[in-house]
Amino acid sequence: MAIDQGTTSTRCIVFDQNARLVAVAQREHRQYHPRPGWVEQDAVEIWRNVDRIMPQALRQAGITADQVVALGITNQRETFVLWDRHTGVPVGRAIVWEDIRTEELVATLEKQPGIEEVRERCGLPLATYFSAPSLRWMLDNVAGLRSKAERGDVLFGTMDTWLIWNLTGGVNGGLHVTDVTNASRTMLMNLSTRQWDPMLLDFFGVPSAILPEIRPSTEISGKTTRVVPGISITAALGDQHAALFGQTCFEKGSIKGTYGTGGFLLMNTGTELVRSKHGLLTTIGYQIGGEPAYALEGSIAVAGSLVQWFRDNLGLIHSAPEIETLARTVKDNGGCYIVPAFSGLFAPHWLAQARGLVVGLTSYINKGHLARAVLEATGWQTREVVDAMNADLGAPTPVLKVDGGMTADHLLMQFIADVLDIPVMRPLVAETVSLGAAYAAGLAAGYWPDLEGLRRNWHLAARWNPVMDARHREDEYANWKRAVELTFAWARSSPST
Amino acid sequence: MTQVTPAQRARFDNVDTYRVRSCDHSVTLCSNAALPAVFRRFSRSRGVESCSTLPTRVVSITFAAVPGPIQSIERAAAVLRLLARGSGHHGLTEIADSLGLARGTAHGILRTLQRVEFVEQDPSTGRYRLGAALLHLGTSYLDANELRSRSINWADTLAARSGQEVRIGMHHDGAVLVVHHVFRPDDSVQTLGIGAMLPLHATALGKVLLAYDPDLSAAARRRELTSLTRRTITRTQALERVLTEVRAQGWAGEAEEYMPGEASIAAPIRIPGGLVVGAIGISGPVDRLCDTAGRPRATLVRQVSQAAEAVTTSLVDEN
Repeated sequence: MAIDQGTTSTRCIVFDQNARLVAVAQREHRQYHPRPGWVEQDAVEIWRNVDRIMPQALRQAGITADQVVALGITNQRETFVLWDRHTGVPVGRAIVWEDIRTEELVATLEKQPGIEEVRERCGLPLATYFSAPSLRWMLDNVAGLRSKAERGDVLFGTMDTWLIWNLTGGVNGGLHVTDVTNASRTMLMNLSTRQWDPMLLDFFGVPSAILPEIRPSTEISGKTTRVVPGISITAALGDQHAALFGQTCFEKGSIKGTYGTGGFLLMNTGTELVRSKHGLLTTIGYQIGGEPAYALEGSIAVAGSLVQWFRDNLGLIHSAPEIETLARTVKDNGGCYIVPAFSGLFAPHWLAQARGLVVGLTSYINKGHLARAVLEATGWQTREVVDAMNADLGAPTPVLKVDGGMTADHLLMQFIADVLDIPVMRPLVAETVSLGAAYAAGLAAGYWPDLEGLRRNWHLAARWNPVMDARHREDEYANWKRAVELTFAWARSSPST
Repeated sequence: MTQVTPAQRARFDNVDTYRVRSCDHSVTLCSNAALPAVFRRFSRSRGVESCSTLPTRVVSITFAAVPGPIQSIERAAAVLRLLARGSGHHGLTEIADSLGLARGTAHGILRTLQRVEFVEQDPSTGRYRLGAALLHLGTSYLDANELRSRSINWADTLAARSGQEVRIGMHHDGAVLVVHHVFRPDDSVQTLGIGAMLPLHATALGKVLLAYDPDLSAAARRRELTSLTRRTITRTQALERVLTEVRAQGWAGEAEEYMPGEASIAAPIRIPGGLVVGAIGISGPVDRLCDTAGRPRATLVRQVSQAAEAVTTSLVDEN
């Protein structure tokens, strides 16, 4: 069984031994936007949703708690909540990874001594996205919180920690633990020791008393005492890490790409901690037992959301999948490129001031060309990230394994294969995030013997082979790069910078 | 915003509102006293065919009973006429008041029309207007890429359960256009077949599309049915018989009619109201798909039908 605590909803999924989906129960939770740029969620609502969907999934599957081999938890990363250790009541709402309230704080911290060392230790660049700046913001802005935190009356947790603590008893002896992958997204964990780093805690002013114990992904070792008592919680992983695991990217150099609103590419770099020289993040892929698998991550901020923008803000299509129909009304992009730097450019450029642009407009360009440019933008951004990954690892990856809603876009998947010049493969089980958590949990419980056993469950549902002419590919890539450079120029010339 | 041209509006206004089918009923009345009132009532209805009064107390009236007009359809038509007129933008209260309907009734009608995309609601003002689908009546009901996107999980599930490759097909240009393809989950080397065209008369997908589209099957009758294997149905009467069977059982099968050694099973995908927009099916070795008598295996037929129903439901839910 897996609980996938995502950004918009929480799901409980039951899989059988062949990794086939047996039951799915899902509940959405509210998003709060109290001020521009602030994004919050109610951790109690999320907990209540879990309370509902777990029994629901069991009913749907027609099984009882004792038939559940193990439970794995996967979650939206970086989002965290603080709560009272004695009452279990959250201190305010959970701050979500999308929240940008710490923009100013981040700019201030950026100028502090030791910032280079911070990046070195946690593998992440300083950004509003990660937990530590928002945690610091709460400690600074909620009256009385810091002293409570220092006394250890308040607990910190990413959503995995919050759910595990509640499921294992809450105020009555709930386990206060997290896994290495979630901890690696806080900016407070040292990548080499895989423990909270005193220097990082000091830099962000975070008291160690509030932090959970960091454990390997498959050594959570809890037992539920609430909701559905008696289920072993054996694993936890951040959602993108779970997808890497669910895609069985166990070899060094294997990459998975999850295409939803954004795009998330993770490459397994094996036991070697690779510090990116090309704008990628270093993170932990997963840790089974003693040895962690490190990973490089490159995020594309705007992928599916560009299609949504095309639908909602331009109104040129009625539904997202229609973008493919529109794109197929023309044979190429007609020389038009769209760089969707809506809130800056992420990996590998990391330029917060960049803004999006459409270039190459002529009177010949119609909405079909624009639709192509929209889809191609995701393809080229993938190429940039994969190029950076290959450069960091020093070897080209042989295939890209994909998942997520956008894999239904046939034209896009073919385009990604074409621009990467490697096959793109989609597995039969689309729910790779939940599957990854279930795999890790089942592996820990001995339900599956080893990684090889999991790999045998991975079946190919579709494969796109590259067919684009090499010359054409490189010409188009050069055009894309020129378009990206123009966004830098636009950022430089902006009067506000 | 949707622009309605005068020509389209004219077409719209000329819609013949009620054309209900008639059926015969015979009524026997045993009371002379009741006759005048009963007779008046029946003769007022347009469908009285004959009426005979006997000198005794028995009266027999035979009439073609025309089912009364369906009120909600009349009201829906009135809503559409109202929206096709003037500004073309009206709020719920305006529509309800103009037509003398209770707010709840008008809302129910609007929501149903919205579901079939005949009406759209402006997200910012909450006002209603004619839907884009009205202008494209008869061209396309469902975007092929939309269908793939909605059905991808169910197609995966079908492939996992049946152990066979899955295809989703729609009619295009006298053939089956493969809009989605899932590999057989055995990790053998396979080629993605999205965009391929398959013959209508020789595949299970095609037979489903033919069975539920009278124009398509009429066109197929006029054309020569190409023989692909020695089992391909090439006689139109034989095909007609098979299509009747498909409609009766709700699924189609085929063994070695397209390729020697291969078989396929398919079932219809519908949009709300029952219109068939596509078909989902599996294909594979004939000995895996069929029993020893050469009939499609019941378990597989059930799995294909369940997948088709699941896709149909997802189209209803998200519309």
